[in-house]
Amino acid sequence: MKSLRNHLSLVVALLSILFSLQTFIIVDRSINAYKDNLSNNYSLVVVSQKILNANFIINQHKLIKNIVLLSPDKVIKKLNHGISKKNIDLLKLSLPKFYKLILLQYPSPDEVNNLTKSLLRDTSVIKVETFSKSHDTTYKLLLLFKTVISVFAFSVGIVTILLISKELKIWQFKHTERMSIMGLFGAPTWLSSAVLFRLAFVDALIASVFAFVIFSYVASSVWVEEQLENIGITVVVFDPIMDFGIMLGLALLLSTLLATLIVISHKEEV
Amino acid sequence: MDKVIVADNLSLSYSKDETIINKVSFSIDSGSFVFITGASGSGKSTLLKSLYGALKPQEGSLVVAGVELKGVTKSKLNLLRKHTGIVFQDYKLVKEWTIEKNIMLPLIISGYDKTVQQNQVDTLLKHVRLKHQAGKYPQELSGGEQQRVAMARALSHNPVLILADEPTGNLDDYSSQLIWNLLEGANTDLKSTVIVVTHHIPESMGVDYKHFHIEYGSIHEVA
Repeated sequence: MKSLRNHLSLVVALLSILFSLQTFIIVDRSINAYKDNLSNNYSLVVVSQKILNANFIINQHKLIKNIVLLSPDKVIKKLNHGISKKNIDLLKLSLPKFYKLILLQYPSPDEVNNLTKSLLRDTSVIKVETFSKSHDTTYKLLLLFKTVISVFAFSVGIVTILLISKELKIWQFKHTERMSIMGLFGAPTWLSSAVLFRLAFVDALIASVFAFVIFSYVASSVWVEEQLENIGITVVVFDPIMDFGIMLGLALLLSTLLATLIVISHKEEV
Repeated sequence: MDKVIVADNLSLSYSKDETIINKVSFSIDSGSFVFITGASGSGKSTLLKSLYGALKPQEGSLVVAGVELKGVTKSKLNLLRKHTGIVFQDYKLVKEWTIEKNIMLPLIISGYDKTVQQNQVDTLLKHVRLKHQAGKYPQELSGGEQQRVAMARALSHNPVLILADEPTGNLDDYSSQLIWNLLEGANTDLKSTVIVVTHHIPESMGVDYKHFHIEYGSIHEVA
């Protein structure tokens, strides 16, 4: 019981910081997946008087994945009644060329503006349709969501750091006496602080394993799967190797930092 | 005879304004038993602290077991302390360790193997009559028992120098006698130099001893 109490306070503090980190990672991944999804459905339409060199345009603009010439046949079909084939051919020649630009990623409003300006520099381009109203709204919504989650994660991080610094004082009180006594019998610093570092390592490991279990459960949850399916995205909620590595690394870094601060601030009793 | 402690014009203080020990010179022979007495606040404990390097000389020189403590490095000080056994008035036992592990501490620090550690602890627990308390924690013992544990810890690594700060203050007769017997034994059997700071020298000492008295910041030998 006493041993559990020794570990619990730091483990809880570390768990909350790992929880906020992983939540941020999941949200970031979801937003990126959603943006990818949107970019597949989002495209710009360019109207040009002349045929555009597709390769040249793709090479000029990093954001463009592909450029597709839209056939005017569908429009002409509607006007087909009572027009001779010769006139239809003439109409086809006189119509401007319509291109669909497929993008590599869902662009920001600035990227859309820059791309439009750049395309309009070509004198043969008459118009670039960006569907900006619907694009801007979606993008701003995503941005707002990400900002809210970032602020939340940051706040949890700050609260946790405050918790850890409080823990630092408790640890200082608990470990200073033992370290002083060991020092009086000639123990080098590494030996007198070994217990502290071992405790820090064990706590980091416990917190990471707890977080691993929680997020493995979340990742395998049917409810979470359904929610992601509902918004049409596939996301790795928890990567058992990479995410666990990041969590363990952060937990070790924080707990070792805590132990190091105690060792540095330790003064021999006189 | 070799000198284990040589103080020359030694001054000690906790702050620049107040000097506790003022330019004293004395020496202590290796293997001797020494009492340091003096009134409360005279500087007995301060002098003892300086002998294990917890307080550095303000002026003069202090050499303990060949180590000059003025400006001593941490590694040299650790080496000196590994060969010193200290008994504190407030015991200074590690609360979260068992009695057994507390006694083992100097052996762990010196890197003895586990079998040696265990054998030595078993022997010492018998000497201090605490074999049955081995697995207990310090706070579960009485003051006298805790001081006996501290005594066993100070002797566990057969130190060349034993420093004891009022080791029998507030102890019952049984524990006091046990501690004096152990200190005498360490002096005669292990040939350790024993320096005891105390208010009262016990009437029946089984060994020859020297007596230093501290008064008004200076030290003199009592014949």
